[in-house]
Amino acid sequence: MAGSGLMLLGFVVLHLLGNLTIFLGPETLNAYAEKLRHFGLLLWVARVILLAAVAVHIWAAVVLTIENRRARPQPYQQYVPAATNPAALTMGLTGILLLSYLVYHLLHFTWGVAHPQFFGAQDALGRRDVYAMVVRSFEIPWVALLYVVGMAVLCFHLSHGMASTCQTLGLSTERTRPLFERIGGMIAGLIFLGYSAIPVAVLFRMVRP
Amino acid sequence: MKLIVRVWRQQNAQEKGRFETYEAQDISSDMSFLEMLDVLNEQLIAQGHEPIAFDHDCREGICGMCSLVINGRPHGPDKGVTACQLHMRRFKDGDTITIEPWRARAFPVVKDLVVDRSAFDRIIEAGGYVSVKTGSAPEANTVPVPKPAAEDAMDAAACIGCGACVAACPNASAMLFVAAKVAHLSDLPQGQVEHKARVQDMVQAMDHEGFGNCTNHYECMAACPKQIHVKFIARLNRDYLRATTHP
Repeated sequence: MAGSGLMLLGFVVLHLLGNLTIFLGPETLNAYAEKLRHFGLLLWVARVILLAAVAVHIWAAVVLTIENRRARPQPYQQYVPAATNPAALTMGLTGILLLSYLVYHLLHFTWGVAHPQFFGAQDALGRRDVYAMVVRSFEIPWVALLYVVGMAVLCFHLSHGMASTCQTLGLSTERTRPLFERIGGMIAGLIFLGYSAIPVAVLFRMVRP
Repeated sequence: MKLIVRVWRQQNAQEKGRFETYEAQDISSDMSFLEMLDVLNEQLIAQGHEPIAFDHDCREGICGMCSLVINGRPHGPDKGVTACQLHMRRFKDGDTITIEPWRARAFPVVKDLVVDRSAFDRIIEAGGYVSVKTGSAPEANTVPVPKPAAEDAMDAAACIGCGACVAACPNASAMLFVAAKVAHLSDLPQGQVEHKARVQDMVQAMDHEGFGNCTNHYECMAACPKQIHVKFIARLNRDYLRATTHP
């Protein structure tokens, strides 16, 4: 859970940094996208590793859930939590939501199935016009909203996930655990703000076609 | 005071249990929770009912026998105490109190509120000991122990093995118990010899007993009557990683 989660977190951060080039204009984003495509084999290695991380993360979650349900066959009639938080209690639900978000996101921007009208355009230099695809998509309010909601779910998932990873990997101590929780929450918040800024900026015409 | 007590009744491990509701009369606010159950049992016997079976021993908060989930909290609403140190002044006249046993597959119900916690004994057998030369006591300063290590070991050794951590955990995990039992030995020089084997064997024994897995909710620390810290779980994870990667 922790290892695969860390890898996925690394991807989320790198992906965010790449995405934020949209604020530097179409030239930068399209050039960045073109460069990524030219990594060729390396790109495919990264994709396979990421896919494996997703698979391991899901597999671990399923095994944990099954074992943990089995560990308490008779539930309490009255159970009053005293320490846990909503994010920790809903990791399974937010995980499933994130998986469906991921599928939609790939259908949208990678495979061009969800919104084919914005897919496949080329810019003046003959590169894939990622900038136009993103901006045209997020001009539709419900699409923009869907992405913001998706990132809110990711933020919620990460707010428990990051501090939890530090505990599982044995990095936490009595002093650092609250610190990790605060930093984890802050990173999750920054990731949410960073990603959400893109659809919001397009929606409010701050990033124009 | 008069109280409504909803309590889990279960004849034996095989029978499916159920809740029964009783009225406990003449309860003094000075009574401990277990004394309230004693009085209720007297009243049940007088009415021709079978008394409620519950575990108890020292009634001083140090033996770890009492094992009641009171109103949805192991050992009741107070922090850092066992059920025997909970007093009836925490409740009001006419309150309804729900009492359930620890609920975990690894802690099967023996009868009513009594559960079988021998799974903990088997985890201890797997490695919760140190090999020492028996005979006359060694000179106290032969093996120097740094003060911080001694303090930390004592914090972990405060565990009375009651199982409230398992009862409180959403996953019925025994990580806090195992972590404390590993830490109070690994902190000390005497615990180093068997350290790596101990970590692996006790974790394996824990998994074998059918406890759940830790997903870092920290309910265990909130319920622990000795307030054992979850830092010991992080250390167990660290030690386990190290023991499995560098055997």
